[in-house]
Amino acid sequence: MFFPTELQTTTLQAKFFCPVLEVLGSHLIKPYPIGVINTIAKLAKTCTLRLTVDKLYFILTDKVANGGVSMWCELSQMEGVAAEYNEIYLELTPENLSRALKTAQNAKTVKIKLTNKHCPCLTVAVELPSLSSSSRIVTHDIPVGVIPRRLWNDFREPSVPDFDVSIYLPVLKTMKSVVERMKNLSNCIMLEANLNGEMNLKIETDLVSVTTHFKGLGNPPWVSEDGSQNSTQDRDPESMAEARIDIRKLLQLLAGQQVNPTKALCNIVSKRIVHFILLHEEVSLQYLIPALA
Amino acid sequence: MGKNLGVNLQDSWVLSLALGGELASHGYSRGAESHFPSCVAGGAGGDRVVSVPSQSFLGVFRSLPSLEKTVEKCLISLNPQASRLVVQLHCKYGVTKTHNLSFQECELLQAVFNKELCTNTLRAPARVLVDAVVHFPVMLAEVTLGVSPAGKVSFRNYLDEDTEPNRTMVTELCLSEDEFQDVQVQQQSHVTFCLKEFRGLLSFAESSNLLLNIHFDSPGRPAIFTLSDPLLEVHLVLATLSDPNSSSQVRSTTLQAQPANGAFPPATPDDDFTGDDIDSFMIAMETTCKEGPGLPSSPTFPQRRPHPGAALESESSAMESDLEGAVPGTPPQKKFRSLFFGSVLTQSQAGTHPGPSQDVLAEDSEGES
Repeated sequence: MFFPTELQTTTLQAKFFCPVLEVLGSHLIKPYPIGVINTIAKLAKTCTLRLTVDKLYFILTDKVANGGVSMWCELSQMEGVAAEYNEIYLELTPENLSRALKTAQNAKTVKIKLTNKHCPCLTVAVELPSLSSSSRIVTHDIPVGVIPRRLWNDFREPSVPDFDVSIYLPVLKTMKSVVERMKNLSNCIMLEANLNGEMNLKIETDLVSVTTHFKGLGNPPWVSEDGSQNSTQDRDPESMAEARIDIRKLLQLLAGQQVNPTKALCNIVSKRIVHFILLHEEVSLQYLIPALA
Repeated sequence: MGKNLGVNLQDSWVLSLALGGELASHGYSRGAESHFPSCVAGGAGGDRVVSVPSQSFLGVFRSLPSLEKTVEKCLISLNPQASRLVVQLHCKYGVTKTHNLSFQECELLQAVFNKELCTNTLRAPARVLVDAVVHFPVMLAEVTLGVSPAGKVSFRNYLDEDTEPNRTMVTELCLSEDEFQDVQVQQQSHVTFCLKEFRGLLSFAESSNLLLNIHFDSPGRPAIFTLSDPLLEVHLVLATLSDPNSSSQVRSTTLQAQPANGAFPPATPDDDFTGDDIDSFMIAMETTCKEGPGLPSSPTFPQRRPHPGAALESESSAMESDLEGAVPGTPPQKKFRSLFFGSVLTQSQAGTHPGPSQDVLAEDSEGES
């Protein structure tokens, strides 16, 4: 937890965020965001919440050198208030948020506020229907740590890597059941794909090797910033880009996807990293898994 | 079969059964430190009180749905020569299952409490309270109930001294008095008690669609939870955390034990508690019993459904009348009170439980490990 040395400044920030956060609540209790929060809760004890004028980000950074996973989740389309201080970074325990939202499924309204009780808190106020005329109100005060501005650089959005292949993922449910079974056989899985819409998931042990082939997946068209053709255009469409990754990390991502995202794709940098992008309504989720040596 | 009561297994309970004209069961809860409770209450004079491990007893009734379908009659008797409590389930198709449970004799003790003295009362259908506690994590140990004269009722998770306030989520639920059938509040107050036991009682109450009454006072004084039903009355008494600022040890004195035979001296705070903040559980039960006819030849004991949160009994008077026909001159209803006393975990005090010194009355039960 960070010491609130910048608490006074951030209290000011907090005041401006109240309107933003009020809308946030209703967005967060939708199934997809809840699934994301639950996944984050399983992945890490703490995560970073970045609130800007119109977006909410859940950020998980783990030192890539240690083979850790990083995640960047963005929730947008919130009405915001322009203010001098238009950003705040908070550290919190995602499990608390997960728990607070768990019983809010049937809520009439969900409001989220930044408050300062015994310590800075994210207060989730849920109004629940009840048999009587007045509603039931449940409030959850989730202690948060305010991250000082000088550390904000640690939490930058991952840039899309210079990938070799970008491909749409197969139906996640199918992918998940395949990977789940493979997990019993091996700790690493080889993910390979080409520009012909083909993806293979492979595991190999001393006794057995198992490959699942997916075809006809399609490759998303990427246009680079300057409008020029993507470098991957020169690539042989049959040639596979591959990366060997920790199967459990892949499974953690897939297991959390209870609701099918609208768009799901991955970018593979051969032997380096796999970058997953999942989009669902107003939520965009990026998940990076480094390749194993 | 008798009324269907929910049975949840809680392994910290030990049941003691009083056998006589009535059937009562008492349970007491073992503390986290495997500390055995100091006394066991029993039925009215003349009854034998025996103690059986609850797991064994509950194991007999483990699968309620199948029991409902197959068991016609349940007989509970004592075999003193073999030191066995015999539970016989007479099932369909001539099948009889006999369970022999070993028991230990124990002493009696009665605790004293009076719900009329409590200044605050709440009454609500169990469902409302079940919905209230669902917001709290399953593992939460204690919950604080707060009331105000303005009609606000709140439940909040209790943070004990071990938890860091800057890291722990605080959840508070506010209910309006409209949700309750009855709210009598003299002044603003709050009490903290064990959530686990409360949940146990609630699940039983909900399954039987009963109204729950909560009687309480100020922190430190026991909170009394009651359920009533035509066949059954349940009292669950939970100790509440005393306010660290207050100097009185009211709780201890309220739980003064009075022995059935008068020989046992009342428990003093020093004897029974290692400090202010030990939670102790007491369960009192009043059961109304109707004796079946033809007792000596084939006694039909009432169906028993032990419950973890509040060891209960249900009478299947319906079953009796169906099986035995109209009974002229049914003996008058007998009432007796049984108590359970157990000491559980300490709150602020990390340490010492002088175990043996607390076992003043009852023989220390077969070693809990």
